[in-house]
Amino acid sequence: MTKTRDAVAKLRSTGDFTALQEAIPYARFMGITAKIVDDDVLGTMRYSDHLIGNSLAQKLHGGTLGAFMESTAIFKLLWHGETNAVPKTINITVEYLRGADPADVLARAEFTRHGRRVANVRVFAWQSDRERPVAVATAHFLLVPD
Amino acid sequence: MTDSFLPQKDEIKRRLEERYVDAVPHNRALNLRVADYRPEHLSLCLPYREDLVGNPETRVLHGGCITSLIDATCGGAVILSLAAPRRIATLDLRIDYVRPALPDQEVICDAHCYKITRDVAFVRATAHHGDKLSPIATSSGTFVVFRRDPESEGES
Repeated sequence: MTKTRDAVAKLRSTGDFTALQEAIPYARFMGITAKIVDDDVLGTMRYSDHLIGNSLAQKLHGGTLGAFMESTAIFKLLWHGETNAVPKTINITVEYLRGADPADVLARAEFTRHGRRVANVRVFAWQSDRERPVAVATAHFLLVPD
Repeated sequence: MTDSFLPQKDEIKRRLEERYVDAVPHNRALNLRVADYRPEHLSLCLPYREDLVGNPETRVLHGGCITSLIDATCGGAVILSLAAPRRIATLDLRIDYVRPALPDQEVICDAHCYKITRDVAFVRATAHHGDKLSPIATSSGTFVVFRRDPESEGES
């Protein structure tokens, strides 16, 4: 078994994302983590100065929100899925609803449809108020058999 | 020595990098470089780096940093298309991952702002390893163009 699959297997038996996050260099670079809260995946992107996209307005870079929402969707698929292989992103559409402040971002993902080969996932990202999302995303993933 | 009163292309490239890449913390963190530009078109390059890898087994870059590259390039193409400095913000961005990126290779994104109105700009982009006929990702995005507040230009 490879390192990533080991980490996924561990996640599914313990609900602990630490090993998986540690196995993904980009997740460490971005400060993207996840944990199980109320029996569901809650993604977090920890604020750091390099996530800023507009220095004057002090808003987060749109690309970082897209990256974070895609990662949260993948974490959710790995937690709920039936295989230990990482799903492949087919596409993602990100809608930016308001400027994101220099602070942590949280996200939840839900399945619009979870088929055998393809999963349709909707992701919501917010900061201080869950009712006021900063961005939402729709993504399709190809589920890879073990 | 040159007789032209117009700044040389390298000089414009350097200014674009200064203003649009180095002045934007996340673009700088990804070490984005200006590969090329012409009216309504911008190409940015994302150098390969181990700490941006999404899958340690394949050593391929994470889709997320390609999303940031595409967002930054599309926003830059809009800024190049503006008649006067304006603040812009991404409304939406769709990315199709056509095929996986390869390890150890830089990713280039070409963005074309093909239509701009008073309030909205429309952009298409392609990310590739140097051959745009063999894309890694294709994308389309829309941006809102604000009518005031030129100071905060450079948002992405």
